[in-house]
Amino acid sequence: MLGSQAIEARQGWLAVLANAPLAGIEDCIARAAPLPAHTRLRGPEIGLIMVQGRAGGDGAPFNLGEMTVTRCTVRNAQGQIGHAYLAGRDPRRAELVAALDAALQHPTESAEWARTVVAPLAEAQKEARRKVAGEAAATRVDFFTLATMRS
Amino acid sequence: MAYVAVKGGERAIDAAHDWLARARRGDRSLPEIGTAQIASQLGRAVDRVMAEGSCYDPDLAALAIKQAQGDLIEAAFLLRAYRTTLPRFAHSEPVETDAMLLRRRISAIYKDLPGGQVLGPTYDYTHRLLDFALAAESLEVTPLPLAAASSEDTPRVTALLDQEGLIEPSGVSTEAEPGDLTRDALAFPAERDVRLQSLARGDEGFLLALGYSTQRGYGNNHPFVGEIRVGEVAVELVPPELGFPITIGTITLTECEMVNQFSGSKTEPPQFTRGYGLCFGHSERRAMGMALVDRAMRAEELGENATAPAQDIEFVLSHCDNIEATGFVEHLKLPHYVDFQSELETIRRMRATATAATAATVATETEA
Amino acid sequence: MTLDAPGFADPVMEAQSCFRAVLDAMAHPGSLPVIACVLAAPPLDQATAAVLLTLADAATPVWLAGETASAWDWLAFHSGAPRAASIGGAGFICATEMPNLDLLEAGSDAAPETAATLILQVPALEGGPPLILYGPGLEAPTRFAPQGLPEDFVKQWSANHRLFPRGIDLILCCGEQLCGLPRSLRIGAA
Repeated sequence: MLGSQAIEARQGWLAVLANAPLAGIEDCIARAAPLPAHTRLRGPEIGLIMVQGRAGGDGAPFNLGEMTVTRCTVRNAQGQIGHAYLAGRDPRRAELVAALDAALQHPTESAEWARTVVAPLAEAQKEARRKVAGEAAATRVDFFTLATMRS
Repeated sequence: MAYVAVKGGERAIDAAHDWLARARRGDRSLPEIGTAQIASQLGRAVDRVMAEGSCYDPDLAALAIKQAQGDLIEAAFLLRAYRTTLPRFAHSEPVETDAMLLRRRISAIYKDLPGGQVLGPTYDYTHRLLDFALAAESLEVTPLPLAAASSEDTPRVTALLDQEGLIEPSGVSTEAEPGDLTRDALAFPAERDVRLQSLARGDEGFLLALGYSTQRGYGNNHPFVGEIRVGEVAVELVPPELGFPITIGTITLTECEMVNQFSGSKTEPPQFTRGYGLCFGHSERRAMGMALVDRAMRAEELGENATAPAQDIEFVLSHCDNIEATGFVEHLKLPHYVDFQSELETIRRMRATATAATAATVATETEA
Repeated sequence: MTLDAPGFADPVMEAQSCFRAVLDAMAHPGSLPVIACVLAAPPLDQATAAVLLTLADAATPVWLAGETASAWDWLAFHSGAPRAASIGGAGFICATEMPNLDLLEAGSDAAPETAATLILQVPALEGGPPLILYGPGLEAPTRFAPQGLPEDFVKQWSANHRLFPRGIDLILCCGEQLCGLPRSLRIGAA
């Protein structure tokens, strides 16, 4: 069983990889050391998950609707097992992410993979979020009160 | 009702499909539209198809729109049919709309609210004048101005009312497995979880019309838009092999919280009540209609007189799905030759009887 | 967690052909269709593993009794099936020794399809005490002599058959072969 720190780290890189486009992941991999060879344990396969919401935003859960996902599990030559569950239908991306998840669990090489692949993707995502937040802020209303006519 | 299989017509059907394909392609001197263009430039159509198809996948929705020549109900039907070919892996954790990356967030009940009113990409303040500049090709788009994003929190507007205890709580946050229309057939009385699922994929026009009817007095409950949010939300699930939640991607959602007057009942003090709307993509009309109808359907629960169509749970849920509706209405086009033959014979027999009876009456009257 | 045992190599096609084999087995009790796809999930035989993967999914709680329980991780990983809270709450039960049939969910008259299916892995589908099968799907009474059934099997089965349309369906698996014994079947000692 993983410790809570290890879980948080893994949740962190999986979230970054889940939000990264295939081209971005491939670019980073091309600049990194070669990924260890892997064998597929399950998938890549396309399926659905049911997305849930909550009544009133914070009440009882309800089923909102489904979304497509692709999942893949691999074991790499170093013995690590990597999992990927990604929104959309892209088997190649799912297999790459599973292979990266496996590589990122390596006791000594993890930091290097985090530096070369996860960090640049995370930075790009942070920048994209900043941009959306900035655009939204530009449409934020500044109310001002008109001076009353009575003197 | 009985159906009899009729053979024949294959050649005609093949030719009709060929013609359909040609009609879909349109004028060949013009470039063919790509699904990426549809996904990117007809976003609101894509959002509607994803919501009513009950399947979030912008690329598939764009393909469905192209295949259906822009007939959005047909496209939603195609998406629903496709989803049945895929296995269901799991369900997500309930999405946290509090943590939404907001592109739009407005409230009609508080001018100054923490986090502010953010208009986002809205049609609300456009003049609804046709913009002929858009008809010109290769239109230049100016880059968006950026402002410093505030680090202010954007709490739920209803939470502000909640602080004063003036609004009902949004219900117990149970972890009970919610009902699922896609697994268990709709049964009445339907609980709120199933009602919300049904509305979230209901026909936008139907939701709009029913919501409108409540405002016009058919089950009026004085709604105010407490808050509308549009933006991106992370979707998380717990894979059994990991045992902890992971993010699988981000989806666009629209959320609407209606705040409604409520005069109180024997057990409840006068307070505001809630109607809730949540849907895939950017569609405020859908989310608002959903919230109005959700609140209307709570009439009985809140001890109000349920007299209007929007308050009739069975009526609303039985008719809000446009795939079901279009299937049953459009099936009338299919051969009913045998059915109709029996109707014909019945009518002829009834007429013959009626004519004979009239003749007999006339004869009797003449004699008298 | 041992995830290395593979599932179906081609999930759609193999699950379909296996489903067809289960249908045939149920429609013709005593026939012994063969599962063609290769699966290795010890201690489950190929047929047992394939039937489980074909029928179980996220909506069907499964109970793995006795030594089959060690295949749990494999099954959960490939099928997504949840673990049933009790043997009586399972849609599918897999075992190497037959549990008492009256412990299993027999469905209701309104919803007989909610009854459990028992997937029983036996040492052999021949050479045991002979039984006679009668009923739907059989032109004439048929002899069948599997090994590994409890001594009071005929008694338990007739009680199960009397529940019809409720009742447990039984699938016997051995090696690559399976045999369907649906609840509609009458079974006597030869």
